Amino acid sequence: MNSPKIHIKPFGVHSVLIEWPNEVSEIILEKILHFERFLNKEVFTNKEWELVPSYNSLLIINRTKQIDFQKLSADINNWYVQLKESPKPDRYLWRLPVCYDLEFGLDLEEVANHFHKTKEEIIALHTGATYTVFGIGFLPGFMYLGGINKELELPRKATPRSKVVKGAVGIAGKQAGIYPQESPGGWNIIGNCAVPIFDASKENPCFVSVGDKIEFYKISKAEHDLHRIEAEVGIYKPEKIKINA
Amino acid sequence: MLKVLKAGFYTTVQDAGRFHYRNKGVPVSGVMDEMTVFKVNSLLENKESSAVLEITMTGPTLIFEKETFMALGGAKMSATLNNLPIQNYKVYMIEKGDILSFGRLEKGFRSYLAVKGGFTSKEILGSRSFYKPISKVNRLTDNDVIPFSVVEDFQPKISEIKVASFLDESVLEVNKAPEFDILSDKQLEEIFSKTFTVAHENNRMAYQLTETIAPHTFSMLTSATIPGTVQLTPAGKLIVLMKDGQTTGGYLRAVQLTDKAICILAQKKGGDAISFKLV
Repeated sequence: MNSPKIHIKPFGVHSVLIEWPNEVSEIILEKILHFERFLNKEVFTNKEWELVPSYNSLLIINRTKQIDFQKLSADINNWYVQLKESPKPDRYLWRLPVCYDLEFGLDLEEVANHFHKTKEEIIALHTGATYTVFGIGFLPGFMYLGGINKELELPRKATPRSKVVKGAVGIAGKQAGIYPQESPGGWNIIGNCAVPIFDASKENPCFVSVGDKIEFYKISKAEHDLHRIEAEVGIYKPEKIKINA
Repeated sequence: MLKVLKAGFYTTVQDAGRFHYRNKGVPVSGVMDEMTVFKVNSLLENKESSAVLEITMTGPTLIFEKETFMALGGAKMSATLNNLPIQNYKVYMIEKGDILSFGRLEKGFRSYLAVKGGFTSKEILGSRSFYKPISKVNRLTDNDVIPFSVVEDFQPKISEIKVASFLDESVLEVNKAPEFDILSDKQLEEIFSKTFTVAHENNRMAYQLTETIAPHTFSMLTSATIPGTVQLTPAGKLIVLMKDGQTTGGYLRAVQLTDKAICILAQKKGGDAISFKLV
């Protein structure tokens, strides 16, 4: 099988970046995650190492030691060409409830006006797509979601808000996401999700992993309030469906 | 216990950092100036990962509610113990009720307080380092208490060390970062010949620099960043990510600070001058 080509670049003395072709592609993301699994399992088993995948790249970091760039990049190339097919790990489609009431969907009317659609049509476009988690960064648990319906692509807000609330569901350009905590932000806010994407009190603080899928479904304010209480007492259970990518 | 009588500007508990959650977007955090903390922890024969207080610009007033041993290092902040001046990199025996306070900032920006055995505040996701909202608070406030274990008998092998201070150094040594090779000759020339001023927008997340270099129009997909990454925005602004910096970013990664350069920069404040040198 032909694998997409990789480029290995130095990144200071403690890390090395592996880059795949510069495109947003699930095939590339799968390849990255496949290689990451191999490296985690067979090579970088020591706690000194950490791997961070995102879109078209995989960063390899050693906490303390200097990396021999020439040697490691030769090794990485060898491991990559010899990479064998392996059983796919369990992946999940997470179904997340969103309340689109205007109290939360601060920009929903503006977005609807922008596209000459009704609010209901915007909600249908947002809930109708299956999104792929291409990266987690910016904030703990902030997912970079690809797969937005083309009819929902619009620029970030001209002036970012100094404060976006926790759980705010946003869209910007080709991306969708949820603010996992209160933060400044420039995305168009169309709803709120009460299920906490990041919870530092859990051993696994973020149930979502890069490569997982996300779908949104519409709920009422009353259901949203109930999810919020569940989240506060820590008994929320996001709906998940096992998938094999 | 150590009790905060007056909080000062920005004091946090920090250890070596929070690892293995970067793939979930969690910054590593941890002490900004690792070289200094290594020295103060060594003096007290602590583990490298022992938690210390990171004291920024204007120090707090603290009262020890138990006996211990302490040492300070890093910035010079006119520290006093029961109103008597004390030195950096020297072990002091502490009695219950002793008061540590700080005065004028003389040099540097961050001072570190270590106690024997380290502070033992709650670990979250493998680290005691403050980072809101992983920790409930982002800094200490008046009347907070920070626990540490009582030491029965400790005889420091060395009671003080002379350190080669880097507080006067301003050259930051850097290596290549992933987008180094797409920088133009003009941009490279500017990065390595200009003197840059630390902007007032500087904190544990990032240090912005005031002077800009030639702009660019490259765009890239979001990709991983680490502490010490120098980002270049399309407008030509340089941003140095620090310990609480985001784990991914969409700006070009021009150069990467060495471990020592991160420590040097961590001791700079708004208005200070720095320059870059490729090694």
